[in-house]
Amino acid sequence: MTQGLQSIAFEQSPYVVSSASVAGKKEGEGPLGKMFDMVETENLFGEDTWEAAESTMQKEACILAMGKAHLHKEDIRFLFGGDLLRQGIATSLGVEELGIPLFGLFGACSTSGEALALASMSVAGGYGDYMLAVTSSHFGSAEKEFRFPLSYANQRPLSAQWTVTGSGAFLVGKKRSHVRITGITVGKIVDYGLKDSQNMGACMAPAAADTIERNLKDFGREPDDYSRIITGDLGYVGQSILFDLMRGKEIDIKKNHVDCGMMIFDQNKQDTHAGGSGCGCAASVLSAYVLPKLERGEWKRILFVPTGALMSTVSFNEGASVPGIAHGIVLEHC
Amino acid sequence: MDRKKQQEAYENYVKQKTPVHNLPVNMTKAFITGGIICAIGQSVLNYCEKMGLDKDISGGWTSMILILLSVVLTALNIYPRIAKWGGAGALVPITGFANSVAAPAIEFQKEGQVMGIGCKIFTIAGPVILYGVFTSWVLGFLYWIGKIAGII
Amino acid sequence: MDYINAFWVGGLICALSQILLDRTKLMPGRVMVLLVCSGAILGALHIYQPIQDYAGAGASVPLAGFGNLLWKGVKEAVDKEGFIGIFLGGFKASAVGICAALVFGYLASLICEPKMKK
Repeated sequence: MTQGLQSIAFEQSPYVVSSASVAGKKEGEGPLGKMFDMVETENLFGEDTWEAAESTMQKEACILAMGKAHLHKEDIRFLFGGDLLRQGIATSLGVEELGIPLFGLFGACSTSGEALALASMSVAGGYGDYMLAVTSSHFGSAEKEFRFPLSYANQRPLSAQWTVTGSGAFLVGKKRSHVRITGITVGKIVDYGLKDSQNMGACMAPAAADTIERNLKDFGREPDDYSRIITGDLGYVGQSILFDLMRGKEIDIKKNHVDCGMMIFDQNKQDTHAGGSGCGCAASVLSAYVLPKLERGEWKRILFVPTGALMSTVSFNEGASVPGIAHGIVLEHC
Repeated sequence: MDRKKQQEAYENYVKQKTPVHNLPVNMTKAFITGGIICAIGQSVLNYCEKMGLDKDISGGWTSMILILLSVVLTALNIYPRIAKWGGAGALVPITGFANSVAAPAIEFQKEGQVMGIGCKIFTIAGPVILYGVFTSWVLGFLYWIGKIAGII
Repeated sequence: MDYINAFWVGGLICALSQILLDRTKLMPGRVMVLLVCSGAILGALHIYQPIQDYAGAGASVPLAGFGNLLWKGVKEAVDKEGFIGIFLGGFKASAVGICAALVFGYLASLICEPKMKK
């Protein structure tokens, strides 16, 4: 059922039946390292290129998630998947083998939210019993596509974020579990005209603020109604900007806000500057860290807000701004 | 107009909010790194001149040796670490130019000999060569006119 | 003594370039371009050569020296060959640098695999 201006409240909320996370070496050495289902110490995942490695991560994450739910690929109605690469090639090549009907998505680092929203809508709409949502990112392929060759002698600014090598897959369906998606808030593009691709947190924070405010208004909730409000990859710079923007809206989320990009790396030891980013950041942290807490009931209800900076290398070179987007997913313990 | 003002205000605000590297520290690191690379260059230069080579040829040897050194260090993934510490000190000398040639060549080898290495080897160094050659061409043209006009 | 001069002049050029990297939005590639072009212009204005005479490798090794080299090549060629020298000198003077970087860079790409940043 539609709720407010941009949201949906499900009458029969679909469940997150199972999920799986795959992460690279650096992520494995981070604070959440032990929680990932699979950590590959060799960043190529046995493949020849970064792009193929990213595809393999997606495939592995999907297979792990299906395995945990004791389901087979034939049981999955549709797959919603996306990544950061041009034309979503990591997804296309990654899930090829699975043979599940596919919707390829692009929402930059917010793709996990987009995929979860569409998967839960499809289940709630009665279009299938099980849907799979998967996203990924890889440091090597993202740097190569968006920034510089890896061995180039550049210094990363302190506002730069480290693209997470990781993937998260979520099986959304009718089978009862301990976590369900009760509502979604679809974000719109929010663009404050910033052009700095090395400061993505600042580009995305306005979108996050907009979606969080919209979600609270649409559902008539206060920030305290959520155990946590979890943004995808705003990082340290983005978080402090988000707080300021929310204060401007007279909403205080300082107490219960956390950011996946800030949790996945140890800022002091791992030298990642402003934190992690990428489609794989929010997805792998949601699967490895957030969902278990919801399952155990430590957190009752959370708002998951993955954020995306929707730029392309061409638009960046042409001097266009970096538009931001954020989607809100309400997850509840049950 | 109003939108533009808002964007500017946000940009300024973000600028305040965003941490930046400590400039004096980074400049010192760049100074040391760049200085060492130039001193290595000087030692090659001195050696060549001692061997009785003329100035231009000695300069050629110096460039060649520094470039070789830089490419080897890039291949071993050491040069990026030097650059991470030394910043412009590793970027601005001829060794940085060599790194900017070798790094994309290595990175894009998977995309093939022609479209991969062949094209991408120039992604960073190409502009340097183009604008360097173009600038010197314009200056040369002006010099030629000046000579004809008898000014120079 | 020439080592000290090379060290401090070369270091200074790098330190000044660091300001551009840290305090402007200029990407590293643009800083490199800027340095080569300013080197050529300073060369044509007879400013760079005196610095290079003083600092040796301290001025020739940074990319500004590469720009100066391009200018010197063009100038010498114009003196010798006239008009066609404008087209001849730049590449001739910079041949060692460009050829060495391309050849060694290419060889490295044949031997090495892409590696993750630390």
